[in-house]
Amino acid sequence: MTLSDEQQIEALRRMWQIRFFEEAAIRLYGEGRYRGSTHPYIAQEATALGVCATLRPTDQVLATYRGHGAAIAKGADPRGMMAELLGKATGMCKGKGGSMHMSQTDVGFLGCNAIVAGHIPIAGGVALAQKLDDTGAVTAVFFGDGASCEGVFYETLNMATLWKLPLLFVVENNEYAISTHVSESISVPNISMRAQGFGLPGVTVDGRDFYAVYDAAGEAVARARRGDGPTLLEAKTVRWGRHSAVAAGPAGANIDKWKLTDPIPRFKQELLQRGVVSEAQISDIERDAKATIDDAVAFAIESPYPELSELQTDMYA
Amino acid sequence: MHELTYAQAINEGIREEMRRNQKIMVLGEDVGKYGGVFGVTRGLFDEFGGERVRDCPLNEAAIVSFAIGLAIQGRPAIAELEFMDFTTFAMDPITNQAPKLRYFWGGQVSVPLTVRTPIAAGLGFGTQHSQSLEAWLIHVPGLKVAMPSNAYDAKGLIKSAIRDPNPVVFAESIGLYATKGQIPDEDYTIPFGKAEIKRKGDDVTLVALGLLVPKALKAAEELAGRGVDVEVIDPRTVAPLDIETIIASVKKTGRLVIAHVASKTGGIGAEIAQQVVERAFDSLDGPPVRVAAPDVPIAASAQLESAIIPDVADIVKACLSFRNARA
Ligand SMILES: Cc1ncc(C[n+]2csc(CCOP(=O)(O)OP(=O)(O)O)c2C)c(N)n1
Repeated sequence: MTLSDEQQIEALRRMWQIRFFEEAAIRLYGEGRYRGSTHPYIAQEATALGVCATLRPTDQVLATYRGHGAAIAKGADPRGMMAELLGKATGMCKGKGGSMHMSQTDVGFLGCNAIVAGHIPIAGGVALAQKLDDTGAVTAVFFGDGASCEGVFYETLNMATLWKLPLLFVVENNEYAISTHVSESISVPNISMRAQGFGLPGVTVDGRDFYAVYDAAGEAVARARRGDGPTLLEAKTVRWGRHSAVAAGPAGANIDKWKLTDPIPRFKQELLQRGVVSEAQISDIERDAKATIDDAVAFAIESPYPELSELQTDMYA
Repeated sequence: MHELTYAQAINEGIREEMRRNQKIMVLGEDVGKYGGVFGVTRGLFDEFGGERVRDCPLNEAAIVSFAIGLAIQGRPAIAELEFMDFTTFAMDPITNQAPKLRYFWGGQVSVPLTVRTPIAAGLGFGTQHSQSLEAWLIHVPGLKVAMPSNAYDAKGLIKSAIRDPNPVVFAESIGLYATKGQIPDEDYTIPFGKAEIKRKGDDVTLVALGLLVPKALKAAEELAGRGVDVEVIDPRTVAPLDIETIIASVKKTGRLVIAHVASKTGGIGAEIAQQVVERAFDSLDGPPVRVAAPDVPIAASAQLESAIIPDVADIVKACLSFRNARA
């Protein structure tokens, strides 16, 4: 698969949207505009975009509580997301989901999920439905290194491989599960090695390299569309900040390391080198992304809270 | 009319629904060629094929979660868990996912999921194959729970469960699988949240669940011989619970007995009693009485288990325990 210039420009725009969205989310949390927590996707943007650039609108994506990046990458509306974050009636889930349960099914974003790994076997069922529908659609499921220790991950690796499901497992290895480093929790150097025991391809790429992710995901998605089954794609990155807006954990311990490998300047540099964009265009794209998120913040702040009558709606279909 | 066992009635209900709607799927361990460990899915594989009646590896959490994934993609899914005790491995999808996705996504999806699972109480399987865990489930908002007590209801309720666009746990009683009933030849369903008054009576309201409904009817007969007129109510679904029918009965009788196989503490008996106390306290002649298993793991020995699982005599005794009982 080759990417058009427009697609690459759009990928950069959305990377920035994610970065600005998450920075706004942290700021708004600090201002006390919402409660609970939020789990920034900062430093992982290239992975969501690299994967989602290989997908069609009719493909499905499932993600974790650290899923705002996947949402924007799959085309979710930043206004609806920001309003959801603030618990407003105009939120994509009417304020009932919040930071960790955002979803927008009409763009194929089957949500964030706050039970670590709980969504992985659900993604398996979605992929089974796609296989039965026989439309060539695929599912990508994002999760962390910590999630790769949960039993349902292995159950799903087995079933998806056994049934040759059109599923792409994207494990985002950011080195930490809250405070636990992968060296303390995972028995192999690369999580992609888990694939060997289940008979599916396992690939590790630099998750901060948009093109590397795109190429590996593209191959996996093509394989899935052909009916040849799932792939386990490990995207390595570094979590530069805290686990969440509230949780402790190595805060900024990696910040120097991270700054050297920030995926956005890196992608920008590559776009310039490849002659896809000019410096001037890049500034426009960044400004445009900023404006989108500023607008989303204003929209969210101005939006009303849900009526109390909403408590009882959406319980049953 | 035709005669079927409780197990066959469930089978026929699933079969008819799968014929009506090509999208319906069955998933579980040994549900395909083998026809289910208790034969409830027998013949479905032959009629509908392995794509729709899928034998799964031994992984309950994934079975229920895959069923949820199918359901939110518009394929109503029936997942079988071989014993209710094994719901524990699937508690995340059953409690955190299926009943909540629609709500926390603001109505963007529906989850037409049926989790079929049998209760083996009283059959000597020991405690990891004998538990009645329905009270755990009614505690989760968004989950519906059915507990059929006879073949006719089993068919009508399984059809309602499958047609329901919401998650349902369908708790079958293995002890009832071989019991026979007359089944109409035409299509019928039984609505959720509608109790059946199995026997009219003026002296005691006896609410029984699942396996204990036939025992409650036997107890009522015995008590009739002793001049105590018992009204037997089978709620049929415990979530939603038809408390109105129970309250109307208590207003008439003034006495309430609730009988279930599950252990006593935190059981559905406690919930029914409290709802009645809240709404019909003045009608009660005395405190509601629970007939339930004692709070011990279910022992395997026939001698010990028979002391655990409530029987006709326990129900009779409870109905006679009211201070001013007429008998
Ligand atoms: C089943 C479950 N266990 C524990 C938690 C608490 N928890 C939330 S995030 C997290 C760490 C997950 O780490 P990882 O999968 O690596 O993802 P990351 O947060 O790094 O994106 C934990 C332990 C949870 N939400 N769900």
